[in-house]
Amino acid sequence: MKMLEDVGRKTNDFLEYAGGIALLGAETAGSIVRLRIRVGETVNQCYLLGVQSISIVLLTALFTGMVFSLESAEQAVQFGIGSLVGGAVAYTSVRELGPMLSAVVVAGRVGAAIAAEIGSMVVTEQVEALQSLGLSPTRFLVVPRLLALVLMLPLLAIVADVVSVYGGMWIAQSYAHISNDVFISSARQAIGFSDVIKGLLKSLVFAVIIAMVGSYQGLTTRGGAAGVGKSTTGAVVLSIILIFITNFVLSYLLYGTS
Amino acid sequence: MAKLIAKLDDVTMRYGDRVILENCSLDIVEGAITCIIGLSGAGKSTILRLLDALRKPDSGHVYVKERDICHLPESELVAMRSEIGFAFQFAALLDSLSVGENVALALREHSSLTNAEIGRRALDTLESVGLAHAYDLLPSELSGGMLKRAGFARAVVTNPDLVLFDEPTTGLDPIVTHLLTDIIKRLREQLNATAVVISHDLHSIYRMADYVAMLFEGAIIEYGSVREIRRSANPIVQQFLQGSEVGPIPL
Repeated sequence: MKMLEDVGRKTNDFLEYAGGIALLGAETAGSIVRLRIRVGETVNQCYLLGVQSISIVLLTALFTGMVFSLESAEQAVQFGIGSLVGGAVAYTSVRELGPMLSAVVVAGRVGAAIAAEIGSMVVTEQVEALQSLGLSPTRFLVVPRLLALVLMLPLLAIVADVVSVYGGMWIAQSYAHISNDVFISSARQAIGFSDVIKGLLKSLVFAVIIAMVGSYQGLTTRGGAAGVGKSTTGAVVLSIILIFITNFVLSYLLYGTS
Repeated sequence: MAKLIAKLDDVTMRYGDRVILENCSLDIVEGAITCIIGLSGAGKSTILRLLDALRKPDSGHVYVKERDICHLPESELVAMRSEIGFAFQFAALLDSLSVGENVALALREHSSLTNAEIGRRALDTLESVGLAHAYDLLPSELSGGMLKRAGFARAVVTNPDLVLFDEPTTGLDPIVTHLLTDIIKRLREQLNATAVVISHDLHSIYRMADYVAMLFEGAIIEYGSVREIRRSANPIVQQFLQGSEVGPIPL
């Protein structure tokens, strides 16, 4: 009996959460469609959420591209297919690693920051103050963050793509003596413009996930400093889980059926 | 009979299983300062939030200017809130904006004034609470008393008809408390507005209140002028006013 109660409660919590995010999403979309956008704040958020994430995305992508090349180049050379390493690194980077890595890193850094900032504003009554001034917290807080992430995350994914491929190329040359020309030629053959576009499409979806989950967690914060901590952790964990699940679904839809 | 600007009518409000207000009714007389007193956690701040439609009651009605605000669409609530100022207990200034920007925010969003006019009006309002010099400071650079005054300025910059003050003097020294009480009285006179003040500071209440309402166990148990409240025969009111541990109020 208790188990059934628990299942019922968890189902109820899940539906409440999903409904809450859907409502917030609808309200946010409504604000954007009606062009109720705070341009200055959006630019500010582009800097805070996007530009300030470049270094961490850059480092993560560089070393992931390098390690991927390190693991694959030596064996590829042994099997006489060293000329395909560039293609493998570029293919993986553009389709998966670039969008995924940048999204996961940004979810950790930015998703947490969004939830913590908005959560702190909730517990210090700043969100209520906005409402009392006749301002919509969604328009004031959520819309600039969503737009900033939708603009910046695809750019970060491109940075991750490029850096990851270059890191892989450097390791392929220095470790497995695969020339840069061979690497680049292989990379060009392996990926097309559509792969880049599909990767960017993934980034757009991930941006929406990070912004909406972080904002919703922040806006539903309860219980002071402990509540802010809980919201922040929840935002990061949930965003990353959703990014992995969505990545699988999008990969299946974009690549799996072709 | 005095004209009412707002009214709680048979309101019941719960947070989870906890009943905060139960069949609570309260009249807010236009142009008067009404102070609400009561124990901590009695639901006084909830009444202010109901009057600003930041909360909706589980049952009953809340009227502001003869409109039932419980069922207004969001677009009409926005318009209504521009006629109500809310000074929060801890000021709740947006910490990413300067004091001047905080005060100017409502004007920037809801008025058609030019930037120069908005800036001037925000500065004038800050000056009226003695904070003109703090225009460019961040909220984190202000003391507790200055924060409260900046919160007052933000609440009244749109010249609202009704101003709600949530514990304006709590945690402040007697001199600043005296100063803030005077500011509330002066703002009311300057704006010709109605004020609802929640406070535990009886001395301050006696100085400024036209009407006092005592909230106890979810309902208003006593309402009247300062003189009437002080002479109340209700033992709960008397115990509260005297701050006595002995009496019908359970500790």
